[in-house]
Amino acid sequence: MNSLRKKLDKLKPHFSKGGRFEKLQSVFDGFEAFMFVSDKVTFKGSHIRDPLDLKRTMTVVIIALLPALLFGSYNTGLQHFRSVGIDPSLFQAFWFGFLRILPLIIVSYVVGLGIEFIAAQIRGHEINEGYLVTGLLIPLIMPIDIPLWMLALAVAFSVILGKEVFGGTGMNIFNPALLARAFVFFSYPAWMTGDNVWTEGLTAGKNIVDGFSGATPLSLCAAGEITKLPSFMQMFLGFIPGSVGETSTVAILIGAVILIITGVGSWKIIAGVFAGGMGMGLLLNAVSLNAYMELPFYYHFVMGGFAFGAVFMATDPVSGSQTEKGKWIYGILIGVLSILIRVLNPAYPEGVMLAILLMNLFAPLIDYFVVQSNIKKRLKRAKVALKTSVK
Amino acid sequence: MSRSIKLKKGFDIRLEGIAEKKLGATVDPVMFGVRPTDFPGLIPKLEVKPDSEVLAGTPLFCDKLHPEIQFTSPVSGRVISVERGERRKMLEVTVEKNGTRYIDFGKAEPDKLTAGQIINQLLNSGLWPAIRQRPYHIVADPNDKPKSIFISGFDTAPLAPDYNFILENSSLALFRTGIRALSKLTSGLVNLVLNGNRKDNQIFDAIEGVEKSYFSGPHPAGNAGVHIHHLDPLNKGEIVWIVNLQDVFSIGRLFEEGIYKPERIVALTGSEVIKPQYYRMLSGSAVTQVVAGKINPGNQRYISGNVLTGTKIGPEGFLGYYDSQITVIPEGNYYEFFGWADPGISKFSFSRTFLSSLFPRRSYKLDTNMHGGERAFVVTGQYEKVIPMDIFPMQLLKAIIAEDIDNMENLGIYEVAEEDFALCEFICPSKIEIQSELRKGLDLMRKEMS
Repeated sequence: MNSLRKKLDKLKPHFSKGGRFEKLQSVFDGFEAFMFVSDKVTFKGSHIRDPLDLKRTMTVVIIALLPALLFGSYNTGLQHFRSVGIDPSLFQAFWFGFLRILPLIIVSYVVGLGIEFIAAQIRGHEINEGYLVTGLLIPLIMPIDIPLWMLALAVAFSVILGKEVFGGTGMNIFNPALLARAFVFFSYPAWMTGDNVWTEGLTAGKNIVDGFSGATPLSLCAAGEITKLPSFMQMFLGFIPGSVGETSTVAILIGAVILIITGVGSWKIIAGVFAGGMGMGLLLNAVSLNAYMELPFYYHFVMGGFAFGAVFMATDPVSGSQTEKGKWIYGILIGVLSILIRVLNPAYPEGVMLAILLMNLFAPLIDYFVVQSNIKKRLKRAKVALKTSVK
Repeated sequence: MSRSIKLKKGFDIRLEGIAEKKLGATVDPVMFGVRPTDFPGLIPKLEVKPDSEVLAGTPLFCDKLHPEIQFTSPVSGRVISVERGERRKMLEVTVEKNGTRYIDFGKAEPDKLTAGQIINQLLNSGLWPAIRQRPYHIVADPNDKPKSIFISGFDTAPLAPDYNFILENSSLALFRTGIRALSKLTSGLVNLVLNGNRKDNQIFDAIEGVEKSYFSGPHPAGNAGVHIHHLDPLNKGEIVWIVNLQDVFSIGRLFEEGIYKPERIVALTGSEVIKPQYYRMLSGSAVTQVVAGKINPGNQRYISGNVLTGTKIGPEGFLGYYDSQITVIPEGNYYEFFGWADPGISKFSFSRTFLSSLFPRRSYKLDTNMHGGERAFVVTGQYEKVIPMDIFPMQLLKAIIAEDIDNMENLGIYEVAEEDFALCEFICPSKIEIQSELRKGLDLMRKEMS
């Protein structure tokens, strides 16, 4: 490591102000900080610091995403081979899917990090780690057949207009990954809806076996074909068509456990989303005007992106509620809205994305009320003190 | 009515190098120094010149805005130098000790003095700055009437000295006299807050004239700010005074013996100290003598105070006015290859993202590395876990950064000080200088209100 360190020290002046490559300073710093934690020491205030930094926080989220990514790779292959009538081996399916997902991940990171580097250079800041997670989240919530240029455009849109214009990581109002998905959803609806985009190769339509539909559980529900739903177990394990990372509730729950144990993800938000979803599901059951409303609430948890959204999207600390009480309210409302949109709005079979984006918008308002209650308590205390002193 | 309060929030940083309960020989160094920077918000005015002769109790500098508040020499001798920093900011006045001569401020029985006479005695001797006020956590204004006075009877900071041990080795008579003097200064209570977790608090039974309360829980359960918040919360316009336990002895001595002698028992602690233990010395002592031969070789950080709030001093620096602890830990100026990806068996963290969290009892050797670069606020809900007060720390900090005076007031800035937010700074994954930010807010607030 020493020789690498020496090389970096030698190169550093070229990338500093006045050096030959000063325009690439942020890139150099980014890579340097990636490989070596800085030798910077405390100067004032606390002399010791927790070894936890944002890089590690983000790394934990990435680790939590791995089960969903690995299963997603397998399921992508599995759905493809099913569509062409082949029964693949475990590895065959995984490898096929992995090779299809890899380009999505690469495009997402190259475009997103490229913009981050430029933004950091313009601002003269260090490069933020936020995109490390966003960059992996985006491919996981896209349909596998999305064209790469479309993905690149969506990433650029979400990073520039969703994040950088507000001041970069930590300042954004909306969850950048969901913004990318919303961009595709509204700009290219043909690539985000319907039955064909969720299975690799189905849009091209070559060699597809008769009778294979590729419909996701949610589109079955929206079409009123509840009876055709796969079994609960099938959906819970994730052997169904859908966005790359969202299908397996098991894999997502493993991620949830990692986030909750390490404390990186807020358990209050996750629990809130599920509680809200359950409440709304039960309410719909009670009203029960059609077959979709009669669907047991826990089916909603394993269909579509509900679990993925609850665990990985709603828990984004920047766009979510920032007060502890607010996190409960925020989570519960996401759960309620998700199911509400799913079941009662015929235009959008999936409600999680819109619910979270909507609540991102309302999170500051929730926090405002929570903080105001604290302020009022303090004012009230002051008034009581004033009264007793006058007496 | 003594109250017992159990706190859950907070965090004990388990460092290596806690002082053994053993009192070494009294430390009697040649060099002494008084730092104006120990007193936040102070604009000092120099009252001596290099080479002038001083006695113990001779003013070295005073507060430009309150010239009656004087900062005096702890020993008799000769003024050596006045160190200045950027923009001629006064950093340190050093005195070389020569003999033991005191200014005689006159013995007196506090019960027979008026509050005004007690205040004058404290001002003249240089003991007044030992009394600090909330809000703002600055030296108290002698013209104010505090609604109560708080003395913390225990310190929960990392490697902090054990006050029970200190009391066992000090004169209780002086302490009682000090309490009698202080109780004249407020119409309210003199609160002595003790550690509710300890069984050996009998030593405090001999102290009368105070309201005893018991707090238990992790750091910062021993902070005066936390005690005030729970026992006698500060509202806008109210003032509470705080005195460190060891300064009560000095105040007692001033009235019993008529001299300024800020003696205290100091814990020499930290992972780099060979055989950490306690020593008796004066505030302002150069640490050179006490650390000589007791520190592991290497590049070390010498801190007057604890690792969270202390002041960086060199091996030749001076013990701060309010400090009763010296900590020596390793400097962390090294690069760490993929440090953020380390599984972290030996990395101590508040979070559970390192394997070290599987060993809840182990002590650790921590250095001064920042472990990352400064970022915007990203992670939420962490600061709240280490502040046992009904306060929104992140929202308050954002109000301070935005210089939003109304919100700072509404969110409770009067109730807090740097030391209460020090743990937030330690755990902050965005590496924000929280204590400095808070001080900026306190200074701004003070300017705005005056």
